[in-house]
Amino acid sequence: MAKQLTIFLENRPGRLSAVAKSLIDNNIDIRAFTIQDRGDYGLVKLIVNNPSQAYLALANLGCACALKDIIAISIPDKIGNFELLTSALAQNNINVKDAYGFVLQTNLKGVCCLEIEESQSEQAQKVISSAGFTILKDDELYNL
Amino acid sequence: MDVPFWNREIETADRSRLETIQLERLRETLSWALKTPFYQKQLRQAKISSADDIRSLADLRKIPFTTKDDLRLNFPRGLLAVDMKDVVRIHSSSGTTGIPTVIYYSKEDINNWADLMARSIFATGASSADVFQNMMTYGMFTGGLGMHYGAERVGMAVIPIGGGNTKRQIKTMKDFRTTVVHVTPSYLLHVHTKLEEFDIKREELALKKAFTGAEPHSEDVRKKIEQLWNIDAYNSYGLSELNGPGVAFECVYKNDMHLWEDGYIVEIIDPDTGEPVRDGDSGEVVLTNLIRRATPMLRYRTRDLAYLHTDPCPCGRTHRRLSRIMGRTDDMLIINGINLFPSQIEEVVMRIPEVATNYIIQVEKRGDLDHLTVKVEIYPKLFLGDPSQLEALKGRITEELRSAIILHPSVELHEPNSLPVSEGKAKRVIDLRPKE
Repeated sequence: MAKQLTIFLENRPGRLSAVAKSLIDNNIDIRAFTIQDRGDYGLVKLIVNNPSQAYLALANLGCACALKDIIAISIPDKIGNFELLTSALAQNNINVKDAYGFVLQTNLKGVCCLEIEESQSEQAQKVISSAGFTILKDDELYNL
Repeated sequence: MDVPFWNREIETADRSRLETIQLERLRETLSWALKTPFYQKQLRQAKISSADDIRSLADLRKIPFTTKDDLRLNFPRGLLAVDMKDVVRIHSSSGTTGIPTVIYYSKEDINNWADLMARSIFATGASSADVFQNMMTYGMFTGGLGMHYGAERVGMAVIPIGGGNTKRQIKTMKDFRTTVVHVTPSYLLHVHTKLEEFDIKREELALKKAFTGAEPHSEDVRKKIEQLWNIDAYNSYGLSELNGPGVAFECVYKNDMHLWEDGYIVEIIDPDTGEPVRDGDSGEVVLTNLIRRATPMLRYRTRDLAYLHTDPCPCGRTHRRLSRIMGRTDDMLIINGINLFPSQIEEVVMRIPEVATNYIIQVEKRGDLDHLTVKVEIYPKLFLGDPSQLEALKGRITEELRSAIILHPSVELHEPNSLPVSEGKAKRVIDLRPKE
């Protein structure tokens, strides 16, 4: 499954740039990122071209980080598609823990990343495929 | 000024009379102490085997100091001098490193304590005509019950409300026309800020006096309390090792606290050398309890820094006055009247695998109350990337701290290696409260 790198950072100036710098030093290319604000700290979620290398680089710096499985779905950039995806999951009582999306080519192609509870992950993948969406393989996501 | 006395004869006794009482009671206390395993050993090492080895008050200095560590190491019965059937009360504190300390009281001990407490209360001009709301925590903390017994002895109408629940405190003050409260200074200031919120005007209350204790405070804080509430506030000093409140108390003149010298022998020492300081100089307060049989206490190092006034008080009492507490010789913090050692927090932090061993304790004022924040580092190898894991961790640390230290801290999670390391003299405590 595709991996997302989650990094624990204190909520103060300079922490993001420290991470960004370390990624540059290790030739890591960022595909997507999002930040979850939790008050005194935040969780930075990254899709990168080489998650395990990025993980090692940050862990060596002493960062608290983790690789997490996500389902990355290729979605045609068309009104109604996100609703289609989420209702398919809803009908099967599958809960989405966290999600984020980005457009690759306007009116053509988007990507949706979902964090699903491990116990529901396999079922979720089936439901998503049955609804007509394509799940991206690891390499496809990392090399977008 | 009208100067009321609970026991004029003793309170105004001349120095030689007081010293005669002190020597007699010291010798008696020594004979009780020799019944305890701890003091048997301690005194034998100092070549003291009976009360006959103490022939004058100067001989007091032959007796070794007793420390809080001694109390912990000899928990639970090493300082017990009477049969358990003669014990009527046990007070215990959680102590600094998980090992608690304990003080036992016989019936007579409680009686003696209540009498000094009554003397203290009476010295402020409070009397049986007063309605007394005791806003200190009851239970194992001596501040609640100690004052309670003294107030009953005076004949005040005692409301044993205990600490906290501000709305109920204010309502009770109004309903029963409370005239005197016993409270920590910070909480009394906090209560004042809530009057408006609960729609009660100062004029609806009958408050006249406050006994403030359990936390050091400045003359400025007293003035603020007195002006805001339009009352008289009297400083109080005591610690459970020496019974609790009622060791020293201010009289109507409010110029520092008469230390009851027929109940305690006070010494002020240089904390580094253990030698007495010059008269009037400040140093560590060392106290010997002369009125407690069940747990005798000889030359106890309080770790509190203060001085004794050398000039007499206009009230006529001969018992010397102890200054406000100016600081501590150890790292103990006092937060909203609760004693806290950084080691208590360290112990909790060390128990939790998901956090590293570095931590910071930050204390600041929020309004009139102290607020405690404990900052800990995430341990990277156990980080799973889930916000729910982190929130659960925060909740767990908060809960464990709360049960260990009674206080309710905020817990902040920090990145690994972002806090000062534990080696060396890392500064673990950041006290942002304004210095008095």
